[in-house]
Amino acid sequence: MSVELAGITKRFPGVVANHDIHLSVGKGTVHALVGENGAGKSTLMKILYGMQKPDEGTIAVDGEQVTFASPADAIARGIGMVHQHFMLADYLTVLENVVLGSEKLYGIGNGAREKIKEISARYGLGVRPDALVEDLGVADRQRVEILKVLYRGARILILDEPTAVLVPQEVDALFDNLRELKAEGLSVIFISHKLGEVLSVADEITVIRRGTTVGTAVPAETTSRQLAEMMVGSELPTPETAESTVTDKPVIQVEGLTVYAAGGASLGETGTVGDTPAAGSLALDAAGGDAKRVLDDVTFTIHAGEVMGIAGVEGNGQTELVDALIGLKNADSGAIRFIGEEITSWPTRRRREQGVGYIPEDRHRHGLLLEAPLWENRILGHVTEKPNSKGKGRWLDIKGAQADTRRIVEEYDVRTPGIDVTAASLSGGNQQKLIVGREMSHKPRFLIAAHPTRGVDVGAQAAIWDQIREARREGLAVLLISADLDELIGLSDTLRVIYNGRLVADADPATITPEELGSAMTGAASGHLEHVEHEEQSSQVAEAAEAAPEDEAR
Amino acid sequence: MKKFDKERVLLAVAGPVIALVAAVVLTSFVLLASGKSPIEPYTLMFEQAGFADVQVLIINQAGVYYLAALAVAVGFRMNLFNIGVDGQYRLAAMMTAVVGAHVSLPAALQIPFLMLIAVLTGAFWAGIAGVLKVTRGVSEVVATIMLNAIATSLIGYLTLTEVWGQPLGNNQTTGVMKESGWFPGFDMGDAGEIYGFTLIAVLAGILYWLVLNRTRFGFDLRATGASETAAAASGVDAKRMVLTAMLISGGMAGLAGLPILLGDAHTYSLSFPTGLGFTGITIALLGRNNPVGIAFAALLVAFLDKASPALDYATPVAYDKEIAVIMQGLIVIAVVVSYEAVRVWGLRRQQRRVGAELAAAAANDNSKKEVAAR
Repeated sequence: MSVELAGITKRFPGVVANHDIHLSVGKGTVHALVGENGAGKSTLMKILYGMQKPDEGTIAVDGEQVTFASPADAIARGIGMVHQHFMLADYLTVLENVVLGSEKLYGIGNGAREKIKEISARYGLGVRPDALVEDLGVADRQRVEILKVLYRGARILILDEPTAVLVPQEVDALFDNLRELKAEGLSVIFISHKLGEVLSVADEITVIRRGTTVGTAVPAETTSRQLAEMMVGSELPTPETAESTVTDKPVIQVEGLTVYAAGGASLGETGTVGDTPAAGSLALDAAGGDAKRVLDDVTFTIHAGEVMGIAGVEGNGQTELVDALIGLKNADSGAIRFIGEEITSWPTRRRREQGVGYIPEDRHRHGLLLEAPLWENRILGHVTEKPNSKGKGRWLDIKGAQADTRRIVEEYDVRTPGIDVTAASLSGGNQQKLIVGREMSHKPRFLIAAHPTRGVDVGAQAAIWDQIREARREGLAVLLISADLDELIGLSDTLRVIYNGRLVADADPATITPEELGSAMTGAASGHLEHVEHEEQSSQVAEAAEAAPEDEAR
Repeated sequence: MKKFDKERVLLAVAGPVIALVAAVVLTSFVLLASGKSPIEPYTLMFEQAGFADVQVLIINQAGVYYLAALAVAVGFRMNLFNIGVDGQYRLAAMMTAVVGAHVSLPAALQIPFLMLIAVLTGAFWAGIAGVLKVTRGVSEVVATIMLNAIATSLIGYLTLTEVWGQPLGNNQTTGVMKESGWFPGFDMGDAGEIYGFTLIAVLAGILYWLVLNRTRFGFDLRATGASETAAAASGVDAKRMVLTAMLISGGMAGLAGLPILLGDAHTYSLSFPTGLGFTGITIALLGRNNPVGIAFAALLVAFLDKASPALDYATPVAYDKEIAVIMQGLIVIAVVVSYEAVRVWGLRRQQRRVGAELAAAAANDNSKKEVAAR
């Protein structure tokens, strides 16, 4: 056994975060730790990584009992952690990021460079030490994080939800890397709540629920359904929408929307132009000058009662599309019409007042004031509307907002002891439920839902899906962007694939599979995607996008 | 509910208290290191605060500081660092003095008119930094520091005898203002006179609270300060907000020189106090941009200012009155450190408490369900 946790209990004042946890990870294995958000996975990993001290229980590494006072102790014992949110400095090179804080190991010059190359080659990571981190895509950054940990001599790697930010193809590549690590005798602890992935990569699975281990399973002898039931103690919800509610009343019409890259700060991955070719195999090779168009001639219509899903590898223009629709970015050309009215030049506030709801991709950056109480967060984005303000929207109606916050907390099952606590003290799922509740409370006619259930646990996920479905029945038009292809296929009435700023393909969610969608997302397929045989019309990417019927025939 | 309110009070008070205690302790170390009594200066200063005339001085000074600190705080609330309060209030005071010396309206009009001049001048000077930031992306920190220096030169030029200045002995003034523009004070007998403008400062504090906490504009401003990205997504026009906040901050700064100008000096001269804007930064920090907190902080700093000169004349051992300056400096450092520490600690603490309460609630639920199932 390379790691053995026995009887771990961790109490925070008034709450037991971990209770009598047992976990043993064999040498050269991938051990998955699954459980809902808030089940206690993170606390357990913080204990193993030396960030928290257990109140009871023992940790043994390679058969030797240890206590960690800090992550430094854990690192010295060969334990490394790859955090869910990357901890890399954008403006430094890979080499600089890797040696940062461990300058004494192999120096900061050629010694370190050689070492990085050696590690990269040994585990097939494909990391180039002199690439700038800001030029790297998500998957490449993740490999840099892994390399950072290996560089410090880790033999046991903790990966915290590593697939949350990756598309299926990238996930496969990551799993190949993990198999390499395993083959070299390293152990990997893999935290996730995506059961399909866990089953495909793990040698052993430990399920954790309500702070304690409820069982261990071997992938060969278990199904994702069984795992899910162990995880939540109940049936797993599915995102399938029942009957179609699509009407022929267009709510949002986008015509020839084009946005050019400005400044480049917000572009991330698509911005790798010309002289610095993107490192790694998965970075998008955007063709020269075209990369300047982050949105290229995007045309679509969403009708009342229709959910249009957009599939795509992150950084292919989704963020820009959302920004252009909500008014954070101006369209360089093209038009946006909202219920017949031209809104291309409207500022964000006016759009929101007129009924454009917004569930942002990054709720911490765009959806919440983390250190403000819940009721102030309920006002955010709707400050000019009732019940948040009175007197032509000039004066805040604090009582009204607070009362309505209580209603949202109640109706949307936001788990909180009160509305005066800060948004930061809620779990991600509850924050998201608050945002969904807030947006739905203003009866939007068009909802932009970007990753509405990202980082949300199974229970909250089902609730959010229900909300979207219900509003859709009442004639809401939804633009759904999600990295979770099952969610996308399950909820959408129409599917489009975005690649390199263009809508390159469309598909019928009733028949398409995630794999087929996945291949279009990498640009391999385009046009109308048919199930069974992928019709390759790849030579006519642009034409196909234009020729694609504006509104999907139902 | 109640519990979290108490929590908030605790958090609000913990920061300043820790900072002040730390500052006092560190100052005592400085005293010890220079071989002096680490306690006596404090007792001397407290004795001073017992005298009525010193109290009047403290209140007058606090009123001035309060306005300057509010000006800084408006910026702070949306992450704008208006270091230029100093230049803004000096330029505004000078302009007001010049106008006040040449225009004579009835007092009921003259005083509001002069206040308007001061506000507009301050807002104009701060607005330059605002426009530069919005249109060219120039950091308001750099721009306002530069504008401070420019204001100094500009005032030097405008008060030349050939321009608007009038020499008086070896002082250079802008001429005595018309009496209708003198702000009547509260006569305290032998103790002196409390500036009437102190009332305006109080009103400004109330207005500050009202606008920030009760209006849509205030919400937008605070939201922008708390998270620029979230505010933008919520529909706040960030550029307009920056400009407006700078204008308000500058306008408020314009008022900061008026208590002295309208209540006492009645002319802008070489001896007009400088540096109020920088002290205002200290006070805004210490008072956590909260109108009540700023009031306490202004009183404290005014107390240090006005009670410390006595240290020079103490018998048998004289102390350097610069001890008060050292202490102010230490307060700033301690404030920055302790506030951040308390903020992080408070956030964690609340997260844990929320977790605890939810876990307890969930446990209750469960046991109920299990009972029901049986």
